[in-house]
Amino acid sequence: MTESNSIQETVQAVITTLKDKPGALLPILHGIQDALGYIPADSVPAIAQGLHLSRAEVHGVISFYHYFRDTPPGKQTIHICRAESCQAMGGKQLEQHVKDQLGIDYHETTADGQFSLEPVYCLGNCACSPAMQIGEDIYGRVSAQSFDAIINEKKELA
Amino acid sequence: MSITVYVPCDSSAVSLGADRIAAAITLEAQSRGIAINLIRNGSRGLYWLEPLVEVVTEAGRIAYGPVQVSDVVALFDADFLHGGQHELALGAIEDLAYLKKQQRLTFARIGKTDPISLDDYLTNDGYRGLSNALKQSQADIVKAVTDSGLRGRGGAAFPTGIKWNTVLNTPSEQKYIICNADEGDSGTFSDRMVMEGDPFVLIEGMTIAGLAVGANQGYIYLRVEYPHAHIALNAAIEKAYLAGYLGDDIQGSGKAFHLEVRLGAGAYICGEETSLMESLEGKRGLVRFKPPLPAISGLFGQPTVVNNVISLASVPIILDKGGDYYRDFGMGRSRGTLPLQLAGNIKHAGLVELAFGLTLRELLYDFGGGSASGRPIKAVQVGGPLGAYLPESQFDTPLDYEAFAANWTVLGHGGVVVFDDTADMAALARYNMEFCAIESCGKCTPCRIGSTRGTEVIDEIINGHEISKNIPLLRDLCNTLLNGSLCALGGMTPYPVLSALNHFPEDFGVTDTTNAV
Repeated sequence: MTESNSIQETVQAVITTLKDKPGALLPILHGIQDALGYIPADSVPAIAQGLHLSRAEVHGVISFYHYFRDTPPGKQTIHICRAESCQAMGGKQLEQHVKDQLGIDYHETTADGQFSLEPVYCLGNCACSPAMQIGEDIYGRVSAQSFDAIINEKKELA
Repeated sequence: MSITVYVPCDSSAVSLGADRIAAAITLEAQSRGIAINLIRNGSRGLYWLEPLVEVVTEAGRIAYGPVQVSDVVALFDADFLHGGQHELALGAIEDLAYLKKQQRLTFARIGKTDPISLDDYLTNDGYRGLSNALKQSQADIVKAVTDSGLRGRGGAAFPTGIKWNTVLNTPSEQKYIICNADEGDSGTFSDRMVMEGDPFVLIEGMTIAGLAVGANQGYIYLRVEYPHAHIALNAAIEKAYLAGYLGDDIQGSGKAFHLEVRLGAGAYICGEETSLMESLEGKRGLVRFKPPLPAISGLFGQPTVVNNVISLASVPIILDKGGDYYRDFGMGRSRGTLPLQLAGNIKHAGLVELAFGLTLRELLYDFGGGSASGRPIKAVQVGGPLGAYLPESQFDTPLDYEAFAANWTVLGHGGVVVFDDTADMAALARYNMEFCAIESCGKCTPCRIGSTRGTEVIDEIINGHEISKNIPLLRDLCNTLLNGSLCALGGMTPYPVLSALNHFPEDFGVTDTTNAV
């Protein structure tokens, strides 16, 4: 079986499971991104057909929401909080340090495919600013030093 | 007899290593042959002390914090399991002034219990509100909420009882209860704490809302940035179904209420109620025109209650103790309590639930202990990214919806973000405008285009280009946003931008104050 076939099967399985829910599109998009890490452009026609929508409507929804992505992410996605509370505690310096260390800007992935970097506007961890999230793990009171330690640990695990 | 130890599962505590500390304590106890019962509780909200470990002793629950993994062996050596002395010992948790001075109604259980234990919930006054509601008529439930004076805690402060009454009196086969758990306002985390620390109280509040207005389906629209809350809510919902607190026959009453969590996808605008409903319907989160009100034509065109997490989580205590009990807290038209969230550059960051009426200064210094950096506090943004910056001269404003409105400031969802004197207010104003541009849904022109032009104008000002021409231009643009936007995103972005300019013109390079007008 080709890789493309297995992606289509995953997509179809998600659609079949969720399509009868009221307002099923977001749950389906989450289901696909959870399974594949992104929403491939060639899954749009199947979603559209499953929900009796136009492809333009499906594409419009995917592109509206910051969280949904149509390209594969790195093995791990780092979300750095850019919001006010983190700014008040050195978030901008942390942001610059992270970009320098990884050698990438926001919405980019490192050349080795290890890390993607995304901004986030609040993780609700404002009492422990500055904050970041890697995968589903959240980190508070992050400094340049603690960031380096966390990243080195992640690299070793990879 | 094993000793009970509490280590929070709250995501902020976890972000500081609580999971590793829980594992280290379990391991150390095993290696010493001591039987312990380790419970993951919610956070007390004293975040500068997190990870905060509590041990149950004859003298009550004794706290230690902030604990690091490297402290665990020393804590055992100091016999912390029997309240032994150690440099991290804080004494009895309930005696800490930060907690003792609070009035915790909505947060009564949080930090005390295992969040997803229904037994814990029931033995700590849980489901007493629902039990009362099941004996009352729909109109009486709505009346209790109206009498309590509860106003929407999401920020708009609309009276909850009036909203419910509209839905109750709009006939329909199908009605909905939506919990707005898209807590996107930066600097706020009280919704998150409730969902992670006491999810049953939200489920109970929504169930009561469903009974009151005749809705049998509820949705919690949760932001995707809160994975821990998602897990806690789903676990609690499953238990509530199994125990007959959700489903087709709630506690043998014959009344139905079903509940499901739906995830957002990183769009701030979906915290706006009409955009949220579009998103729940599977569409782009574009803001709807009002009227029709959601209470009359909301989700899928049906009458819908949309309430914030804190509003709904305040309902059980109102139904348990009565509207009068809740109403007797507070001042003026702001009744009850508000969970305030102290964040940013503040020494004692955390959750402070208090009756309305304390001044901002008391909150910042008596609770917060001043800035974390030890430098003077320059400005405080209250009410999230659409809230104004308050300078020192406004710190004596009482925390009350009307008192804040009179200052052209907003209390909003109760977020309080502190900046010391190193903050550059022009850079912050630029950020606020940029945020509006990034998060605008694009439906109305003032917000969609104005926010981008606004960012450019502030850049010009920061670069010192034609300041005397660009300041009036920025003010004019803000005026268009204020008056011409469809919702609060465009309509309130001028609050932080103009308050920064008005109170800190020097940060914008304005030396001649006539330029700032």
